[in-house]
Amino acid sequence: MLAAAWIIARKDLAVELRTRSAFLSVLVFTLLALATFFFAWDATSVASIDLAPGVLWVTFTFAGMLGLHRSFGSEAQDRAIDGLLIAPVEREAIYLGKAIANLVFVGAVLVVALPALAILYNLPLAQTVVGLAPVALLAAIGLVSVGTLFSSMAVNTRLAELLLPMLSLPFFVPIVMASSQISARLLAGRPMSEAMPWLKILIAFDLVFVVACTIAFPYTLEE
Amino acid sequence: MTSNAAVHAVDLGKAFGRRQAVRGVDFSLGTGECLALFGPNGAGKTTLLRLVAGLLKPSAGSVRVRDVDMRRDAPARSAVGLVSHQSMLYAPLTARENVEFSARLGGVAEPASAARDALASLKVGDVADVEVRKLSRGQQQRVSIARALVHGPVVLLLDEPYSGLDESGAAALTSVLASLRERGAALLLVTHNVAEGLALATHAAVMLDGRFALEETRPASGFNAAAFSAGYRAQAGVDRG
Repeated sequence: MLAAAWIIARKDLAVELRTRSAFLSVLVFTLLALATFFFAWDATSVASIDLAPGVLWVTFTFAGMLGLHRSFGSEAQDRAIDGLLIAPVEREAIYLGKAIANLVFVGAVLVVALPALAILYNLPLAQTVVGLAPVALLAAIGLVSVGTLFSSMAVNTRLAELLLPMLSLPFFVPIVMASSQISARLLAGRPMSEAMPWLKILIAFDLVFVVACTIAFPYTLEE
Repeated sequence: MTSNAAVHAVDLGKAFGRRQAVRGVDFSLGTGECLALFGPNGAGKTTLLRLVAGLLKPSAGSVRVRDVDMRRDAPARSAVGLVSHQSMLYAPLTARENVEFSARLGGVAEPASAARDALASLKVGDVADVEVRKLSRGQQQRVSIARALVHGPVVLLLDEPYSGLDESGAAALTSVLASLRERGAALLLVTHNVAEGLALATHAAVMLDGRFALEETRPASGFNAAAFSAGYRAQAGVDRG
């Protein structure tokens, strides 16, 4: 199953590399959102270290959603999804392949977003990037696992752009809450033990979402 | 129920809401046989093909390919190739990348050479490294057919495969399909072109309002296209009262 998932992920990444349309849109959105928050920020009333985690995760959530929408969009065009469904691979492999590609996609956006956050909000660059990267990876796993599932459900509806955020956002709440709490403590230089309860919650939700979404995915393909 | 047929449908039906697209269809297709399916738009031909491919869940009856339910058995789907109305190709990828992707998913041992051979057999080897979005409609159709053939399916489901093909493309496709049939592949061919369909067919059927209205087996002397067309028109006229 993993071999088939990897073949599908490679194909998705090749399509994105060839067009770069979704990546550039999401990247520009991320940088614009970070910059807009920066200009709206009153540095005399809120310290950057208090503001930055919220800005990062709000931006990350909406940027991720923008990118996830395209995940099954390419399959709907010319009914390429039929080619996947008739292939001798498990439906779960299709889901995992899509999720892997989305994870790489979101990860690539974070590679730019984390240094940009550090620079704009006067945070220590190395501490921000190195400290938040593992949290961002865990958050991305949760976001991508839910978003990939709902992207497949929303793609064939007339209101896909509306439906994906409406379905996904309630499930993103625990991910965003845990990630914000962990990053706030890491950026404030608090001991790791303070962030541990939230880290456990984040890992638990990741596990639940990955397993539940993998199991649920085949049912979203029924016509 | 067991059967040695390549495709075996029993009382097959599919409803979309209150609209019955396919109803009570029974047929059996053996290895090396070709069923040409004709009928007006909306008769249920494409729905029937999608039911056989396992892309749709039947509302009634059953369909099995090589005695396997395609919807339940992923590895068994390697036996099936599908050419649909839509190309099922990724426009930003090249023809070669598309066909290779299909070969990899189909578990082909040497996907690169299989893709090269499949594209060459449809006479689109010269545009193998061109992005699909830059190809003409006919070239895309040929690549789409190469994608369906690359993993060596033994049951080939073809929905209007001649659509968009020029003379050379149509000749290449007929030659490939005839060769596949000789090697034992079963073909289910949906087409509006009676002459092209009957040229390959061992069996022919007309579908009207979701059911088989006329079925014929190829006589030793071959199908009489004019007589079959007349029967087809008469059935269509009768059914529309």
